[in-house]
Amino acid sequence: MSILIGNDTIAICQGFTGSQATLHCKQAIEYGTNLVGGVTPGKAGERHLDRPVFGDVKSAVEKTKANTSIIFVPAKFCKDSINEALDAGIKLIIVITEGIPTLDMLILKIKADELGSMIIGPNCPGLITPGVCKLGIMPADIHKKGKVGIVSRSGTLTYEAVDQTSQIGLGQSSCVGIGGDPIPGSSFIDILKLFELDDQTEGIVMVGEIGGTAEEEAAEFIKSDISKPVVAYIAGVSAPAGKRMGHAGAIISGGKGTANEKFLALENAGVFTVKSPALIGKTISDLLNFKK
Amino acid sequence: MNLHEHQAKTLFKSYDLPTSNFFVANTVEEAKELAKKLNVSKWVVKAQVHAGGRGKAGGVEVVQSLDDVEIFAKKWLGKNLVTYQTDKNGQPVNSILIEEYTEILSELYLGLVVDRSTRSIVVMVSPEGGVNIEEVAENNPEKIFKASVKIEEEASDDDAKRLAQGLNLNSEQTKQFIDIFKNLSKLFIEKDLALVEINPLVIDDKNKLKCLDGKVSVDSNALFRHEELMTLRDTSQEEQRELEASKWDLNYVSLEGEIGCMVNGAGLAMGTMDIIKLAGGFPANFLDVGGGVNEKSVSEAFKIILSDQKVKAILINIFGGIVKCDVVAEGIISAVKEVGVDIPVIVRLKGNNANIAQEILTESDLNIIFESDLSIAAKKAVELSK
Repeated sequence: MSILIGNDTIAICQGFTGSQATLHCKQAIEYGTNLVGGVTPGKAGERHLDRPVFGDVKSAVEKTKANTSIIFVPAKFCKDSINEALDAGIKLIIVITEGIPTLDMLILKIKADELGSMIIGPNCPGLITPGVCKLGIMPADIHKKGKVGIVSRSGTLTYEAVDQTSQIGLGQSSCVGIGGDPIPGSSFIDILKLFELDDQTEGIVMVGEIGGTAEEEAAEFIKSDISKPVVAYIAGVSAPAGKRMGHAGAIISGGKGTANEKFLALENAGVFTVKSPALIGKTISDLLNFKK
Repeated sequence: MNLHEHQAKTLFKSYDLPTSNFFVANTVEEAKELAKKLNVSKWVVKAQVHAGGRGKAGGVEVVQSLDDVEIFAKKWLGKNLVTYQTDKNGQPVNSILIEEYTEILSELYLGLVVDRSTRSIVVMVSPEGGVNIEEVAENNPEKIFKASVKIEEEASDDDAKRLAQGLNLNSEQTKQFIDIFKNLSKLFIEKDLALVEINPLVIDDKNKLKCLDGKVSVDSNALFRHEELMTLRDTSQEEQRELEASKWDLNYVSLEGEIGCMVNGAGLAMGTMDIIKLAGGFPANFLDVGGGVNEKSVSEAFKIILSDQKVKAILINIFGGIVKCDVVAEGIISAVKEVGVDIPVIVRLKGNNANIAQEILTESDLNIIFESDLSIAAKKAVELSK
């Protein structure tokens, strides 16, 4: 098993013929992902990467029975693209694009909840279930099929966690980048829930960062609902207040959202925290071996 | 993107929010002229910078003669104002706001912000205005009243009335507050704002509400649909290295330490800073070169890091995914050749083509230290910076 994407995934790509989409869809197909086509307005009827191009999501879904969409559309058109995917009944929408206005995400999040669809991202590296399905921009070769579930607000820190858990022999069940924006489509809690239910996942790595209170909320949830061991790292202990650290959501404002507060909340919830991202792999490995 | 107070107040006016009559002056002569034009005998003059704490730093004064307006203008125009929110150099004062003096009966707080945990726009008020609202939230949370606003619905009268009650407003003021509440919510949504603070919102001697200060921050990601706001950006208020970096699509934040950092990805960039701190040093900057890094942007990033005199060593940490490590290595070499570096450069490359990159760097005769273990790389950077 795995979470969110796997053998049942039938994926399309919105913004299919763009250069980034082309690069990453090509890799996804080579990886074995069931990517059945894509959408680019005005290019209906053409073929791209040996797959059909549709003019809109609705006709793509009708023809392909797609249940998942990965979006590479520029930020200013993303609201329309996500709306289109939601209206067409897509249940899992992965948004790679960075720079979507916050108020757009507020509206889209409410709509997705009402429709029972899940948005991953925006501003995220996407999803991978090693050995089975890849929908994202992560380098495939560092991944290894295995037992650790990874959920993270940062792309490159996810790669660190992946690389370390592969090197140490544990591998990953699924890896989910929830993205660095203030209003993500899915929260840590949404993903933790799925890892808890997934048989393949034996331990969980959670990578957070400064800004907001998503990690504190996750800590409460872990305390009450997660039985599997969790290792967490929070980036930005050394970040100053009031400065946005690259990600739109990575900012300590009004004295709230510091890494130390988050570490404390997680430790109080029984989570094993590491102060250096270089220690993620070793710590989860020690925990899983100790459990045996 | 932050706005100046006078820009915020101009926005407020266009949404029928009550403000004082005011003018903005860029020269001393203008200041005197515009103050005269207001046709009052008492003015408030305010230095326009992107920072709070102006009053305590001398950047806000009540004056009672045109001569005093001139003295204030001469004192601040072209100078830097240092407040507790700025760095030690302060922010340049390029304009001053001159407005009619308001007799204040009481000071209130009104703010709007996108609340991340409830995923909504939250309106916050407090009868304890004019002071730091975070302190009120900490010490007297019962004096803060909140309501949430939905984007696709008009703000509700009932919510406004409830907040007015919390502010102890009389019936006339409550009517006025309902309008303020609705118009400000409309402004927030229509202009894609990230934050509005009116601190203080005052009750004046005519028993009316008035927005006496205005702090507005716009969601930079939404500027593409607000051409009218794009022109309000004042780059003189931005840190110069951060400004230069933004021209090259680099995310740079200036910090106080001695180790320059160049990293791909915001999370890993913060992680690298954290590891430097664990190793006993302190980062001179946050720098995320992004996924589209090439030889040119590596070179520009290098120049920006080196323009900071505090930097005693540089740590480069790249986890190649989309980014190929050998491209970065070539970029580093060409940058070092072009701009010359006389401080230690420690490089950690991992992932895509890291081996090729290591060969390229080892074969170059440049003084670059290659280290594949991140913790050790950080330790070396800290040792060599001392």
